Amino acid sequence: MEFKDYYKILGVERDVTQDEIKRAYRKLARQYHPDVSKEKDAEARFKELGEAYEVLKDVGKRASYDQLGASYKGGQEFRPPPDWGTGFGFRGDGSAGDATDYSDFFSSLFGQHFRQGRARRPPPQGKGEDHHAKVSISLEDAYAGTTRAITLSVPTLDAGGHVSTVDRVLNVSIPKGIREGQHIRLSGQGGPSAGASAGDLYLEVEIQPHPYYRVEGRDVYLDLPITPWEAALGATVKVPTLGGTVEIKVPEGSSSGRKMRLKARGLPGNPPGDGYVILNIAIPPANTEQAKALYRKMEQEMSFNPRAGMGV
Amino acid sequence: MNRMSTEGNKAPQFDICILEELTQLTLLDLCHACAAQEQQISELVEIGVLEPKGREPAQWSFDGVNLHRARVALRLQRDLEVDLAGAALALTLLDEIASLRRRLNTLGDLVP
Repeated sequence: MEFKDYYKILGVERDVTQDEIKRAYRKLARQYHPDVSKEKDAEARFKELGEAYEVLKDVGKRASYDQLGASYKGGQEFRPPPDWGTGFGFRGDGSAGDATDYSDFFSSLFGQHFRQGRARRPPPQGKGEDHHAKVSISLEDAYAGTTRAITLSVPTLDAGGHVSTVDRVLNVSIPKGIREGQHIRLSGQGGPSAGASAGDLYLEVEIQPHPYYRVEGRDVYLDLPITPWEAALGATVKVPTLGGTVEIKVPEGSSSGRKMRLKARGLPGNPPGDGYVILNIAIPPANTEQAKALYRKMEQEMSFNPRAGMGV
Repeated sequence: MNRMSTEGNKAPQFDICILEELTQLTLLDLCHACAAQEQQISELVEIGVLEPKGREPAQWSFDGVNLHRARVALRLQRDLEVDLAGAALALTLLDEIASLRRRLNTLGDLVP
């Protein structure tokens, strides 16, 4: 397994005081907390921070860890020394992060039982623990509904009393009209319970950004490029929507930014969302002699000053 | 809530529902889903993070959005070692950032 340099993770030297460790952790925890941070690896960084702090904030565990010496580097292959851990008392009173996710490196040094981390309160009514996970789907899937195979790593105790994980696959049908940030509850698919009913599984839905649609609530927005002559003269143009292509009438004399509503063309629901088309006039490039001649003709024959209102 | 079956006969059956469309979580449901104690949930109600219907804790009924808010507030409190009032402030600011991002997104400035 890989050696973890807890000091480096917290960005401190090996000889800092306990107070400095606390300060470093708090600062980085605010920066990388998954609920706060938008950084992509925030969750992984935060777990690593929690694990480093769990060890270094405890004088006993820190002394033990320091015993390994400064000769190891982060990522280096590591095996605990045979006489490891003698003469130190550990207390499993961690509170940072989700201790169930600590690394193998941590477990090999501080024992499997620390993996359970802070004492989880026995849930009321003896019901099994609720589990939480994320599922990422496309906007098209949110519109039409979809089925996703969700793989869960379930910790189980083997015959020798060791914790190992078993993969469990659930086929989850995601209802149409689901929105970003909503949660799907799967009754009885969380942690098991001896005697009482199992906990529930909660899936937080994440909708992948779409190349041209934007979503707000159940409404779907689209920037629609149109030609100058479509905008000036009016035209019937095709518009893509999640439910298929529709035609809209661009009114004569439209300008960029004009918003048009497509009733009930947003995400399904009760009531369904609307679609909105925002017109965006695209300028044809003057990249041929013929195109240049057309622009020159307009210049000569049309009296148009878009800056007239500015007094120039 | 609809009863659904997964593909194939061997797959287990389970009830699914969209949490945000639920309206009747009790105090116990909420404690369980957050792995929290009644005292913590009551405190979140007192400082206005959660807004249940009903006057007495025994009659409280929470909607699904409250579950998400409670979990985030409790996580912030635990992980950042702040008190619940501090976590509540962070939550308010996070809500505001989220709504500003949505607004920006609608204006088309944040399309990746």
